[in-house]
Amino acid sequence: MLEALFFYLFSGVMLASGLMVVVSRNPVYSVLFLILAFFNAAGMFVLIGAEFLAMLLVVVYVGAVAVLFLFVVMMLDINFAEMRAGFQKYLPLGLVVGGILVFELVTAMYGDAFSNASLPMASEIANTTQLGGVLYTKYAFLFQIAGLILLVAMIGAISLTMRKRVGVRRQSIAAQNSRRREEVMEIVKIPSGKEKRKDDGVNINVDAK
Amino acid sequence: MQDWIFDLGWIIAKILVVIGPLLIAVAYLTLAERRVIAFMQLRKGPNVVGPFGLLQPFADALKLMAKETILPAGANKVVFFIAPMLTFILSLVAWAVIPFGEGLVIANINVGILYLFAISSLGVYGVIMAGWASNSKYAFLGALRSAAQMVSYEVSMGLVIINVLLCAGSLNLIDIVEAQRDLWFALPLLPMFVVFFISTLAETNRAPFDLPEGESELVAGYFVEYSSMSFALFFLGEYANMILMSSMTVLLFLGGWLSPFDIWPLNIIPGPLWFIIKIMLVLFVFLWIRATTPRYRYDQLMRLGWKIFLPFSLIYVVLTAGFLLMTDRLPAVILS
Repeated sequence: MLEALFFYLFSGVMLASGLMVVVSRNPVYSVLFLILAFFNAAGMFVLIGAEFLAMLLVVVYVGAVAVLFLFVVMMLDINFAEMRAGFQKYLPLGLVVGGILVFELVTAMYGDAFSNASLPMASEIANTTQLGGVLYTKYAFLFQIAGLILLVAMIGAISLTMRKRVGVRRQSIAAQNSRRREEVMEIVKIPSGKEKRKDDGVNINVDAK
Repeated sequence: MQDWIFDLGWIIAKILVVIGPLLIAVAYLTLAERRVIAFMQLRKGPNVVGPFGLLQPFADALKLMAKETILPAGANKVVFFIAPMLTFILSLVAWAVIPFGEGLVIANINVGILYLFAISSLGVYGVIMAGWASNSKYAFLGALRSAAQMVSYEVSMGLVIINVLLCAGSLNLIDIVEAQRDLWFALPLLPMFVVFFISTLAETNRAPFDLPEGESELVAGYFVEYSSMSFALFFLGEYANMILMSSMTVLLFLGGWLSPFDIWPLNIIPGPLWFIIKIMLVLFVFLWIRATTPRYRYDQLMRLGWKIFLPFSLIYVVLTAGFLLMTDRLPAVILS
């Protein structure tokens, strides 16, 4: 009873916020609603007993990916009128893509795609352990390949954005730390009571040499 | 039906038992900060309101509540007021999984440490939303700095947590503490303990990583436009987060509620008291660092996070795993 209540709460809020992501006029609101949708998806994961996936969704998508989205969207100088025009223009395309997705979901639901899959049985073993048990044994190669794909994406992003600029003043920590006292300072004894005069042979100016 | 109401009441009572003392602790942490820093700088600090200035936090709270709430022109109203609430709520909800003693926890969930990590990584939203909604350059710059900083240090924090998990073999906070019964993880994982502590400083935007609110260049950073209760919520949230991060450090590295040695005068002190004493020690180090270190430059901060802590903690994960495997000490996990 309570579980059903929460299911409808989470799924209702998720659908509503998903809709708001698309129709919000302000892109920052869109990202904030997207975050709300992620949260509710995490709630649904908790309801089916997949607490590890729920936490992972929050850590990875809400804690890292959506932060960067928000970061970028806030920094952008967005022309709202132009975006509104784009909404009209891309509406048919969006509807087609959405329609295809709905069609696929419906066929999967009424076909036999889900008949073999069932909800994992509740067991004494925490689902983190279960997940780790198959991920690092049965699917170890797939896991490695996923890691490699991420690595390639990361290197690609770095190589796209990195450019060598000349004339930038950089701090070289190694050079700083390897400086020795003898190289950078000199102690000069100055007799007291004598003015700095070129002709009496007392050189006060350390940099003069 | 009555059972249901009784359960709900019991949960609310447990929440109040945690939140009440927590808020008082936050109030006195602000006083302790001012007093400790004052003594380190050969001043007296606030000592007038009440004996030893003990009523100062309440005077401050009353003062803040009596002030006017100002909404800056051009600010985004909704987000402007959601941001401080979010910060404060996030600093409180994490306490649901903190065990104060054996079995003394509101929700003993299997992925406790991940929950803590997730909640602490959400803290950045309050900051970004505040900076954006204020419609002010200083606030926005502070928010951007904070976002980059918190995301960067989370990465090394996650790797440090993996080190602890390798040794404990569980994501459950009670199991992690129980795994430290013979040896606190602070000793075998000493370098990781230091990395974790410094990362918590960056995660809570505390000195020497308090660039988001660097007053010399950004006035007060992301909360420069806030006043009255909305400012108070940010303030409370920041200090509650400090206590939360300290308790996380204690749970992961300093043996939680366990006494240092299981010998007579030490083991009659109840566990929750040990937990509080350890949290206070860690908090004292927070204040000590604030009183003694200058603020980092932003590029140095990023360098420390990405070029030193990240590779170091990554290598340490491999070392820890290798050592545990070699000496056959990997915690046993029953599969299937």
